[in-house]
Amino acid sequence: MAQRTVTVAAEVGLHARPAALFVQAAAKSAGEVTVAKSGGEPVNAKSILAVLGLDVRHGQEITVTGDDEAVLDALVDLAGAAEPSGA
Amino acid sequence: MTSVDLRGTPVSAGIGYGPVVTLAAAVPVPPEGERHAGDAEAEIARAAQALATTADTLEARGERAGGPARDVLSAQALMARDPSLADGVAERVRAGTSAPRAVYEAFGAFRELLAGAGEYLAGRVADLDDVRDRTIAHLLGVPMPGVPEDRTEPFVLAARDLAPADTALLDPGTVLAFVTEQGGPTSHTAIIARSMGVPAVVACPGAADLAAGTLVLVDGTTGLVRTEPDPAEAERARLAGQALRAAASAVTGAGRTADGHEVPLLANVGGPKDVPMAVEQGAEGVGLYRTEFLFLDRETAPSEEEQVAAYAEVLNAFPGGRVVVRVLDAGADKPLAFLPAPDAEPNPALGVRGARMLERHPDVLTGQLRALARAAEGTSAKLMVMAPMITDAEEGRRFVAACRAAGLTGDAGVMVEVPAAALRAADLAAEVDFFSLGTNDLTQYTCAADREVGALNRLQDPWRPAVLDLVALTASGAGGKSCGVCGEAAADPVLACVLVGLGVTSLSMGAASLPLVRLALSRHTYDQCVRAAAAARAATTPDGARSAARGELPGLAEVGL
Repeated sequence: MAQRTVTVAAEVGLHARPAALFVQAAAKSAGEVTVAKSGGEPVNAKSILAVLGLDVRHGQEITVTGDDEAVLDALVDLAGAAEPSGA
Repeated sequence: MTSVDLRGTPVSAGIGYGPVVTLAAAVPVPPEGERHAGDAEAEIARAAQALATTADTLEARGERAGGPARDVLSAQALMARDPSLADGVAERVRAGTSAPRAVYEAFGAFRELLAGAGEYLAGRVADLDDVRDRTIAHLLGVPMPGVPEDRTEPFVLAARDLAPADTALLDPGTVLAFVTEQGGPTSHTAIIARSMGVPAVVACPGAADLAAGTLVLVDGTTGLVRTEPDPAEAERARLAGQALRAAASAVTGAGRTADGHEVPLLANVGGPKDVPMAVEQGAEGVGLYRTEFLFLDRETAPSEEEQVAAYAEVLNAFPGGRVVVRVLDAGADKPLAFLPAPDAEPNPALGVRGARMLERHPDVLTGQLRALARAAEGTSAKLMVMAPMITDAEEGRRFVAACRAAGLTGDAGVMVEVPAAALRAADLAAEVDFFSLGTNDLTQYTCAADREVGALNRLQDPWRPAVLDLVALTASGAGGKSCGVCGEAAADPVLACVLVGLGVTSLSMGAASLPLVRLALSRHTYDQCVRAAAAARAATTPDGARSAARGELPGLAEVGL
């Protein structure tokens, strides 16, 4: 299991479009991927509802955990970008 | 047919008149305890098929609609494809629950999660409910909820609430107005209505019960929804609405009377989300920044960093303008987990709230003031900070001292909403830098009429001469210091002129009301406002005050105000 920690840069936090892109990127991993707020319970990073439910705001730290390092890197890039692009 | 008046929150200005179209009947709730026939795997496949079809439909609608609607609809499609949700459904079906009921319950678990997690997410609950209802409709073989899709004649859309899928394909040319029973200024209905330029009234009790075909007149500026109005009256209202919009859009720039007496026109905002509309409507700054949104629905106070960001975002939107921030206004009626009320209070409005609550929790106040001081660094906006529910000069002095101790160098002022503060405004003015009259609470306390008690509507009228007297006392007690109004009273174009005549120096209101208030002021001299104020105070009833003031303000009728 690999792990990455990143500060969410988008103004809206991990909501709306950034959340959708995040979940779609996580879905590219064959195995399990989780996301947690610092000190919080990890949730399924492929679940839009679980990710929205975390209510991650701009400037908060999240930790992603999973086997697929490429997917983790993609998630870190998305969460760390002020205006994530791509689909 | 009898005409009935409904009232709600106006969220998109303008007048709409036409027949009501209602959304298709709500999808039934599958009964609790409903079981499937026994083949769990087939039942799971049925549910999965319904979820997939729902996702495909939402995506296709998003593609057709384009623009911001596409993002919303594709987010909804993601919800329908959510693996955790599918797991929740499968688990319940394996335990014997029918597919429709399992879908209902699995959505319910996430619904609670989102509804409990703050203002932004509460807005997504309607989106989630819509996905659930569409999926259940597939499973039950009943019609999809939503707007009839074959409608081409213009109509007023009435509903309990509207989801993005209901509104994505609406043609602004055929929708005359929106009226919903639920929702608020940040609800999907409000956002879409403003972006379509269609009048809308939300939080309007009775809206969901309007029968299809009923003719309604919707006033998105006042919040009035009148059923079966006199057709001639309705046509006049519609034309007047058009003329008024044209007249209002012709008056731009800073608020001032016809003879150039300046009255800054400011916006009331509940967070950064309200700023774009305020800027769009020409607000010269913010007269009331309610900071409660940062504190609601959470277990602990927000961090200083989080607060700094939320304050700076609003300050940066008004370079050179003023931004008046009200510190946390919590109390027994708006309880917060980390600010426990001392005891059960028989009269919450008369209890430990506002500044009284913050004096019991100085750490929360200090944290907020420090965050404000940091946010003010590096912006050109003029930050002004005020305390709610101040009763006397001693409280005012303590608040100003707390501001200075936290490093705030700008103006520190107080809300005047308690009659004792209005009566002794001169004492307060000696201690603080400015006043802001909260006319809603001032009216409630002056007339001893709880705002939450509908039966006392008659007493909750800011046109009451007793309230006008207290406004005049406060303005004169201010002794040249700034004395604004940030209650609903400022949003009434007629009363706005009277307030200026009473000595009020700025007016702050929901952004949608700014154009008409700007127009009303531009059509009268300062002397006319003073005469209107004197006439209103000479009356003995609210209606008497209204008509006496109008008698001195001839420019209102000329533009149909």
